Amino acid sequence: MSYASFAELLAAADDHGSISAAAIALECEETGADEAQVIARLSDALAVMEAAVERGLSEELRSRSDLVGRSGRALAASAPRLTDATFATALSRALAGAEVNACMGRVVAAPTGGASGVLPAVLLTAAERLGAPRERVVAALAAAGAVGGVIAARATLSGAAGGCQAETGAAAAMAAAAAVELAGGTPEQSGHAAAFALQGLLGLVCDPVGGLVEVPCVARNATAVAVALAAIEMALGGLAFPIPVDEVIDAMGHVGRSLPPSLRETALGGLAATPTGRTLASSLASGYRPHSDEGE
Amino acid sequence: MPRQRSLFDIIGPVMIGPSSSHTAGAARLGALARAIVGGTPRRARVTLHGSFATTGRGHGTDRALAAGLLGMRPDDERLPDALELANASGLEVTFVSGDLGDVHPNTARLELTDAFGRAHLVQGSSLGGGDVVVTLIDDFPVEVTGELPLLVVVHHDQPGVVAAVTARLAADVINIASMQVSRERRGARALMLIETDERVPDEAIAGIAAIDGVVEVRSVPAV
Repeated sequence: MSYASFAELLAAADDHGSISAAAIALECEETGADEAQVIARLSDALAVMEAAVERGLSEELRSRSDLVGRSGRALAASAPRLTDATFATALSRALAGAEVNACMGRVVAAPTGGASGVLPAVLLTAAERLGAPRERVVAALAAAGAVGGVIAARATLSGAAGGCQAETGAAAAMAAAAAVELAGGTPEQSGHAAAFALQGLLGLVCDPVGGLVEVPCVARNATAVAVALAAIEMALGGLAFPIPVDEVIDAMGHVGRSLPPSLRETALGGLAATPTGRTLASSLASGYRPHSDEGE
Repeated sequence: MPRQRSLFDIIGPVMIGPSSSHTAGAARLGALARAIVGGTPRRARVTLHGSFATTGRGHGTDRALAAGLLGMRPDDERLPDALELANASGLEVTFVSGDLGDVHPNTARLELTDAFGRAHLVQGSSLGGGDVVVTLIDDFPVEVTGELPLLVVVHHDQPGVVAAVTARLAADVINIASMQVSRERRGARALMLIETDERVPDEAIAGIAAIDGVVEVRSVPAV
């Protein structure tokens, strides 16, 4: 089981030295695996993330519906105008990872397939910028998982249950907390980073055009990365979000339950219900419309 | 929300996109159905219900189910080509939409013909995050998640069979995690489902198959 609260995770991090060490210790205790096995599995997950991002940036991917593809590549080829290369690289990696998912490629659902571009984009970019050794990036994944576990325990990680805030919002919180640890921040700062990220995406609805994990999901992976990077800078800059992260997570759960079903993955509201959203849905490549009804 | 078992339910599963419920879960359902009927079937007629019917194609639900029926794991990179691979390998698979009644929105009913020409039915649902539950095997209501190794024991409804099967497992020091027993009617065909903590060795399976009253034993690995 996960830590039931960030407060509990913080106490364990005090005992074990870091959030990632606390996460790995709990995993060993709960599953009977030893530390080397857990680290090997995390390392495998990181390798899948790296390969997905690389594939999205190097291949001419297009989803079967033809709605998304190649935007990570396109952004990587364009020089940033207002921000720096680190920020732009993180955005293009998020798009690339999310596009590999949309195009039926191999990804780590962390926490979900639809939000699988966020964590690789933030961690790989942070690691590159910080010059962090690979084993510290692997450990950071455990920290991200621990924060995701708290969100799953207190709220939800499902778009159908809580909207996009529960998927890309949770992913941004996980990524921000993990990157703060990677950058040498304290466990408390990781908590503030998670809170800053989640508050920034609070209320975000799940409104996929045609019900597919494509529009706006791919773009939302990139915008969630932008929020995560803002959260990381604020937390490492010493800012503290006044509402404790556990309460922010609880608020996310409440907001999710308050969202009408039309804004929770049913493709009946939000961008899916716009005139263009409806037109796109009805013009999907014919093989990707629903199956014909049983003619009996 | 599916229950969290491990860090790797959050940092994972490793899967072929785009959707853990519509793609990874569908692949696991297909793989479970394959193992329950004892191997890759010759024919599969799949009824997709609810969200599986309405957005399944765009999420590759059909491809994922076929991939599972062919024995692929949810992270197999051949999954997007599973329909073509099924064709090439002699698995005839067809999909229709249908209303399966008061069931989970992501439900599939698989009518399967095995390599010996026998008909089987497996119905199950994808619950989110890649978690699944098989709810129907032939006429028997069941609850199988695929998270533990499973023994499917078809037997005659007669006294002593259940005790003999569990005694055989106890002799091999195999711990039973859960057990479901149901029957068509008194004295008729019955089904015993036994989830175990460890995989049951082949000798123990052969021993169970030899028990008086046991018709057939199939070993279903965790998927």
